[in-house]
Amino acid sequence: MALGLLGIEETDRSVIEQILERAVAFQPHDGRTFAKANTCTGKLVVNAFFENSTRTRSSFEIAAHRLGADTLAITASGSSVSKGESLVDTLNTLVAMRPSAIVMRHQASGAPHFLSRHLSTPIVNAGDGTHEHPTQALLDARTILDCCGRLEGLRVAIIGDIQHSRVARSNVHLLSKFGADTVLCGPPSLLPREMASIASGVTLEYDILRAVTGAHVVMMLRVQLERIHEPAMQPGEYFRFYGLRQEHLSLAHPEVIVMHPGPMNRGREISSEVADSQRARILNQVENGVAVRMAVLERVLSQ
Amino acid sequence: MKLLIRNGRVICPASGLDAVADVLLEDGRVSAVAPDLSAPGADIFDAAGLVVAPGFIDIHVHLREPGFTHAETIATGARAAAAGGFTTVCCMPNTNPVNDSATVTTYIVEKARREAIVNVCPIGAITKGSAGEELASIGSMIAAGAVAISDDGRPVMNARVIRRAMESARALDVPVIQHCEDLNLSAGGDMHECVESVRLGIRGIPAASEDVMVARDILLAELTGVRYHVAHISTRHAVGMVAFAKQRGLPVTCEATPHHIALHTEHMKPYDSNYKMKPPLRCEHDVDAVISGIASGAVDCLATDHAPHAGDDKMQEFERCPFGITGLETALGVSLEVLVHSGRISLSKLIALYTCEPARVIGWKGEQARGALKPGYTGDVTILHPEYPWTYDVKQTASKSTNTPFNGRTFHGGPIATVVGGQVVWKAPGF
Repeated sequence: MALGLLGIEETDRSVIEQILERAVAFQPHDGRTFAKANTCTGKLVVNAFFENSTRTRSSFEIAAHRLGADTLAITASGSSVSKGESLVDTLNTLVAMRPSAIVMRHQASGAPHFLSRHLSTPIVNAGDGTHEHPTQALLDARTILDCCGRLEGLRVAIIGDIQHSRVARSNVHLLSKFGADTVLCGPPSLLPREMASIASGVTLEYDILRAVTGAHVVMMLRVQLERIHEPAMQPGEYFRFYGLRQEHLSLAHPEVIVMHPGPMNRGREISSEVADSQRARILNQVENGVAVRMAVLERVLSQ
Repeated sequence: MKLLIRNGRVICPASGLDAVADVLLEDGRVSAVAPDLSAPGADIFDAAGLVVAPGFIDIHVHLREPGFTHAETIATGARAAAAGGFTTVCCMPNTNPVNDSATVTTYIVEKARREAIVNVCPIGAITKGSAGEELASIGSMIAAGAVAISDDGRPVMNARVIRRAMESARALDVPVIQHCEDLNLSAGGDMHECVESVRLGIRGIPAASEDVMVARDILLAELTGVRYHVAHISTRHAVGMVAFAKQRGLPVTCEATPHHIALHTEHMKPYDSNYKMKPPLRCEHDVDAVISGIASGAVDCLATDHAPHAGDDKMQEFERCPFGITGLETALGVSLEVLVHSGRISLSKLIALYTCEPARVIGWKGEQARGALKPGYTGDVTILHPEYPWTYDVKQTASKSTNTPFNGRTFHGGPIATVVGGQVVWKAPGF
């Protein structure tokens, strides 16, 4: 099996450290854009997005272009999947175009893992169902490192729809590998008890006040209505019990940072006041997304 | 037409027999079981060093015909059954069209008579189209040869409908076989709800979805007096409730599959559809409970739930793949390993789980009596070796499908020859 990046869970801490370290070189400074590396000139990256995505797809495209690689974008609506072709056949067709890597997002958990058993081209997972979103966890870690200087010993509260969140799973695995304490918080129907057992250092909390207390980092997650079959809570009630507001931040660590992987729903899981506050690092996350994806693609393409 | 099976170790649990003896089959039926029988003109099968058992019965298979013959046919499924040592299989009605009428039942019976090398007994649907609403033509299907009723795969959610079905089945003296799964609780689930499902981001099928329907149905079985059978039992609470029903004297039975006793969630290769079936592979404590239930008698018999799916159907994203795995050819190897070689039950008890016990669940009588080597019973014999090592190679399968988690696994002991109606229909390669 070719070396891609399928998930954080199976990736060694040392590899994660190398990626996070390399990403620093690609971060933009002083209002300039991302450094152009051209270390991957002549390589072809296929961005196969079988599920809608704007920010992750653009981020990967910019990252590939900054490295000097060419990209080809495939979206579900424009692909043969809508004509009944199987995923394996679609991917085999793409592989015949000789890409050096396939960046893939898919609505089914495990789709890239399944494909990696049948393809020789490395796959970078850009989000699979409700399973993992490894580059999101990497860019989150880069953002936390930029702000806090460390991961070990930090208290990170992840609040919202944990059940359906690949972001939460990837972050839990990454933070656990680096010795952070993760507090997962959300309404019971969106916070399976089993989450506490998927990695070490994870605790569950149903009360947002307790979850944010002493937190160095608060990550807010969107409620993924498209994956929920019966509403967990009325929207107004959700904001009352699980929406992050200014008063919560006074319970957190004085230097707390607030993160959100987007898309963000103001007035639902986060107040505008908090989203626009000095504590928010949401746009830094987007910037780091490109830098981290450059580091990931460079690593995969240089094999 | 005579066949004399000589010098084997004859194990017939229903007769309490475990001794070296000869078995004489005449005109398609068991004629005599005794040492040193003489039968002039009979074909001879030398079974010295082998175990001679009543023909194995699998009361839960999917033969996919009519309707899904790209995955299996009555002929290929029957060949796979013979290769697994089975002489009788009962096929579930989820074909296309659904076996919910005498017409379809007759079609299967006739097709099997012409093309199947083992006995094929159809199971009729409980409701029309197995839609769970209106009762199927139960009496007509039974008259045409169906031996039980079930909406396997599509549990009857409406308690009033299943009650009426139970009343009909009781009058006809056939069992109602339920695939127990509350569809509201299991909706959207693709594997057992547990740490593994949460970790993998796969929606869960909670054990409770099985338990609540077993509980409901046992209450309704008591109300109606029907012979009620739980298909592929997989949870500890379901086993506990069936044991409780038995203690109270109710005619409640259940079956377990080889895969549910051999594998639990931690054995799953992530996102590999050869580990995807309903009920899903459960947790280790559930597996232990099912095995204990087999040893204690709470679980009545083994059945494979042989569920062939064509390769391209299983070569998909996990959540899009259909449920089910094949099982006929690996059943004996798997169950010897899990139950007998582990010391949990005797070889004789294992043979009972594949012969007289499933026969009792269905209730074959008179000319149809089977599951024992008694004079007059159907001349079906399974000859096996309880120890010899062999490795399952799915490329050699007689089935049209290859969806199994057991490919490449080495077993100790398995079928050597399969005799149906007094004729050897299958022999293991090399014997």
